[in-house]
Amino acid sequence: MTDIFFYIFSAIALASAFAVVLSSSTVNAAMSLIVTFLSMAALFVLLESYFLAVVQVLVYAGAVVVLFLFVIMLLDERETAKRKAGVLSTIAAFVGFGILCVGIVAIRASESLTAGSDAVTSVSLKGFGQQLFTTYLLPMQVTGFLLLISMVGVIVISKKAKTTES
Amino acid sequence: MTIGLEQFITVSCLLFAIGFFGVLLRRNTLVIYMCLELMLNAANLALIAFSHYHGTVGGNLFVFFTISVAAAEVAVGLAIIVALFRRRQTVHVDELNALNN
Repeated sequence: MTDIFFYIFSAIALASAFAVVLSSSTVNAAMSLIVTFLSMAALFVLLESYFLAVVQVLVYAGAVVVLFLFVIMLLDERETAKRKAGVLSTIAAFVGFGILCVGIVAIRASESLTAGSDAVTSVSLKGFGQQLFTTYLLPMQVTGFLLLISMVGVIVISKKAKTTES
Repeated sequence: MTIGLEQFITVSCLLFAIGFFGVLLRRNTLVIYMCLELMLNAANLALIAFSHYHGTVGGNLFVFFTISVAAAEVAVGLAIIVALFRRRQTVHVDELNALNN
């Protein structure tokens, strides 16, 4: 049963990731991005990290994509929508994609990916919080400070643009 | 065939490759940014898969931090794109070549 779900959700994730890359409209790309994030949340559930699946849906499929959509609506990009990539960057894109795919094949062939003993864990929410506030207390506080800095930074950037415009 | 670490890592690698492909192929700053998010998410999937199959909590917690840093990064990046658009009236990377000449 888990196998079927894995194949279904990874197929959806990969297909909609391709849709993000190849769709000509930015709004369609953002919508495909939501589908990718939701199916990745489903993969997180299959890996039994339920908390991160919920965070993924809330933060990525919720906040991040809504932010993207706001900016797409804000920018009037009718004239920039239909630009095509140059020949050189198209070749570079395909070569890079091919190299990464060769890397995947090499990893699978070398059989270096071995699961640790037989310890397959699921992280409980309680254990997660306990670790967060004991072992990882400093990173937690640094992250909070980083969010504050980014909030202030965003306000400063958008204010500066306004004053230079007027 | 049962689903193991290898299958999850393969999916994660493929998603990363697709994101990389998009970053190089697309010329619209917003779509490039979406592809960057895709690559970050692929790395998250790999971290969670390793954490699950090795029986440690560290990977899961690291993903938690990655997600919060990515959220901050998206906010700042999009603000920069909006400021850039106000100044230059474009989000097309080929026209943003002020440092090139």
